[in-house]
Amino acid sequence: MTAADEREHAVSTTEPGTGQSTDRLAAENLLEVRGLQKHFPLRQGILFQRQIGAVRAVDGIDFSVGPGESLGLVGESGCGKSTTGRLITRLLEPTGGSVVFDGEDITHRSPGRMQEARRDLQMIFQDPYSSLNPRHTVGTIVETPMRLNGINPPQGHKKRAQELLETVGLNPEHYNRYPNEFSGGQRQRIGIARALALRPKLIVADEPVSALDVSIQAQVVNLLQDLQREFGIAFVFIAHDLAVVRHFSERVAVMYLGKIVEVAERESLYTRPRHPYTHALLSAVPEADPDAVERRERIRLAGDVPSPIDPPSGCRFRTRCWKAQDKCATVEPPLTRAEGSPTGHLTACHYPEEPTVTAREEDIVLDPALG
Amino acid sequence: MSVQTSPQPADVTPAPAPFLDVRDLKVHFPTEDGLVKSVDGVSFTLEKGRTLGIVGESGSGKSVTSLALLGLHKGTRAQVSGEIWLEGRELVALPEAGMRALRGRTVSMIFQDPLSALHPFFTVGSQIAEAYRVHHKVSRKEARGRAVDMLKRVGIPQPERRVRDYPHQFSGGMRQRAMIAMSLVCDPELLIADEPTTALDVTVQAQILDLIRDLQEEFGSAVVIITHDLGVVADVADDILVMYGGRRIEYGTTRDVLKDPQHPYTWGLLQSMPHLSGDVGERLNPIPGSPPSLINLPDGCAFHPRCGYKGWVPQGRCTAERPELRLVSGGERHLAACHLSDDAKQEIRGGDGPDGRGAAAARAAQ
Ligand SMILES: Nc1ncnc2c1ncn2[C@@H]1O[C@H](COP(=O)(O)OP(=O)(O)OP(=O)(O)O)[C@@H](O)[C@H]1O
Ligand SMILES: Nc1ncnc2c1ncn2[C@@H]1O[C@H](COP(=O)(O)OP(=O)(O)O)[C@@H](O)[C@H]1O
Ligand code: SF4
Ligand code: SF4
Ligand SMILES: [Mg+2]
Ligand SMILES: [Mg+2]
Repeated sequence: MTAADEREHAVSTTEPGTGQSTDRLAAENLLEVRGLQKHFPLRQGILFQRQIGAVRAVDGIDFSVGPGESLGLVGESGCGKSTTGRLITRLLEPTGGSVVFDGEDITHRSPGRMQEARRDLQMIFQDPYSSLNPRHTVGTIVETPMRLNGINPPQGHKKRAQELLETVGLNPEHYNRYPNEFSGGQRQRIGIARALALRPKLIVADEPVSALDVSIQAQVVNLLQDLQREFGIAFVFIAHDLAVVRHFSERVAVMYLGKIVEVAERESLYTRPRHPYTHALLSAVPEADPDAVERRERIRLAGDVPSPIDPPSGCRFRTRCWKAQDKCATVEPPLTRAEGSPTGHLTACHYPEEPTVTAREEDIVLDPALG
Repeated sequence: MSVQTSPQPADVTPAPAPFLDVRDLKVHFPTEDGLVKSVDGVSFTLEKGRTLGIVGESGSGKSVTSLALLGLHKGTRAQVSGEIWLEGRELVALPEAGMRALRGRTVSMIFQDPLSALHPFFTVGSQIAEAYRVHHKVSRKEARGRAVDMLKRVGIPQPERRVRDYPHQFSGGMRQRAMIAMSLVCDPELLIADEPTTALDVTVQAQILDLIRDLQEEFGSAVVIITHDLGVVADVADDILVMYGGRRIEYGTTRDVLKDPQHPYTWGLLQSMPHLSGDVGERLNPIPGSPPSLINLPDGCAFHPRCGYKGWVPQGRCTAERPELRLVSGGERHLAACHLSDDAKQEIRGGDGPDGRGAAAARAAQ
């Protein structure tokens, strides 16, 4: 049994959403997330703002990441991926649940005290244009985390910053340049150098390549992979591109409307998805291969993702699910281990057993326009 | 599609004229920094009922090409030359008034961002109805009925009710459908879709691509779909045109271009991104460097600073001489602009599968 297997066993002994972790292996995990919630209040009125509801962006999720492991987080726009990333790095205050990082509960840590943990817990953002201060030189940007944390490398800040620039494949002589002098891919490298400055144990990478040109994406993915291997950094890798996530992450979690609906080892998730939503997502990925287009099964869901303000009762996916039955509207399916999966494939569906992606032969088309 | 290695005058073409025939299109923008040659000699043809995919990374001139097809550079500082023949009518020289009569009716466009095409202060229904009334003398009531029909056809549930909604009341996927409804309301013969699904989620993207395909089958229109995503073109296009730095570098049927690519840039695009069934142990094989500036395109082959194969071409031709688009040997209408000889290509790709994405090419590029 691998370490990852053990972790999955540990997860399944935990009641989802209770926030109580009873497993003994929890201590071995670098990151433990239990019952994590973020509800953004919706207010109305200009002077006397009344709360009229809440956006349930993240609504009770559990997962863990081991040292040096890469966990992928996929799902469609608005399902709560970025919010999850910001909760873990404590850029946002959780509404409920807990975040334990490196054995310490950081769920409600004050920003001042977060500073320490942040050394080990860094974030890379999607947009390489807005995430760097345009008035600071590259050198200042990369050095700032060191200065804020009172870290004085023996070789000096400048030397260290230049080493970091070199590590991410930039010219150390770019130290005095400004972000607007760089291309998107280069800016993303600057953001990565900044995240590396404190030698973190975990990096939350929120769509690190989505804004980049196709030909540049692979450069950045390779860089992140080298860093992960060389420095043993663990990753929470957020992306909507399922092929990129598969390439980068050993384990993958699928989110839908603020919930994790499936988590499994990469191979298990991509070849034998148990949740109908994962199935649909995989069948919708366009592949640059005319033969794959002909072979491929087609699952076309109806409509869009419902609003997280008023999510469907029971299973949140039921409004678009072709397998939904009465029970799905009343009972929320918990994240449980799929039958017959020794590797710890967790899925949140009442009726998960279905043929594999390739074994299915019929199209499933729910879209009214396509009939 | 007729094979053109260089632009030819109209009367040389023996076969019946294609439905759309673009010849040596150039769109240049004078700017403070110099002349931006966004599109620099692009030619292609398209028949009704067929789909052409134009692929390239950002800044390669895809959108500027599509705006030229709609005549939207008229009255701007853009310098447009070349010919665009649509059913025997030439559009580059056509005055704006003539173009306006075609736009929305014969030629229509779906934009990447539906919010920029839909006005926030008018209901979705009134905008679709208005697009219809511009070209048809019908009453408001009739036009509105037409709008309801169109919404229904693109799969908006409860169209009688949703026709009164404002764009912000629609989700992203529904807005894209509404825009498709608006662009199809006059049954256009040529539909241009510029990154129609880039802003959408995969499940919604799949719906929209199916929809475009189904509507095309129903109406038999010609479709130009512009995207940076090779997966999207594999899904919907019959032919593919790959652009780099404002020029064509490869052109052929979808199967030829994706299964037997002939240009190192196309190899690079196919190899650099992971596939759902790829080997996760293998490193990605990126294209080094970044896309070129359109003001100062590199001499010779515009791709040479990023190309790992220029050593296979003797006498430094890659940096000195611009490769012409020529017929791939053995292909009927597969064109590529690269100096590599057939033997060299064979050797580079030697021992691989037929799709030319094999490991030898990957190693050679490093
Ligand atoms: N500050 C906020 N106030 C109110 N709602 C918010 C706020 N931030 C996020 N949301 C909402 O929470 C939900 C989840 O947002 P989040 O940014 O986490 O999505 P995501 O999965 O990262 O999507 P994408 O793929 O588009 O980046 C969305 O419905 C979003 O509109
Ligand atoms: N109005 C304009 N003035 C100057 N340059 C322009 C203008 N419109 C587009 N360009 C330039 O033309 C090139 C091609 O642009 P575009 O066709 O939009 O690329 P894409 O292939 O991403 O759609 C880019 O370098 C862009 O900056
Ligand atoms: S629980 Fe029911 S509605 Fe939800 S995914 Fe499973 S079958 Fe579909
Ligand atoms: S012409 Fe030369 S530089 Fe250009 S793609 Fe072919 S081999 Fe590479
Ligand atoms: Mg996000
Ligand atoms: Mg564009």
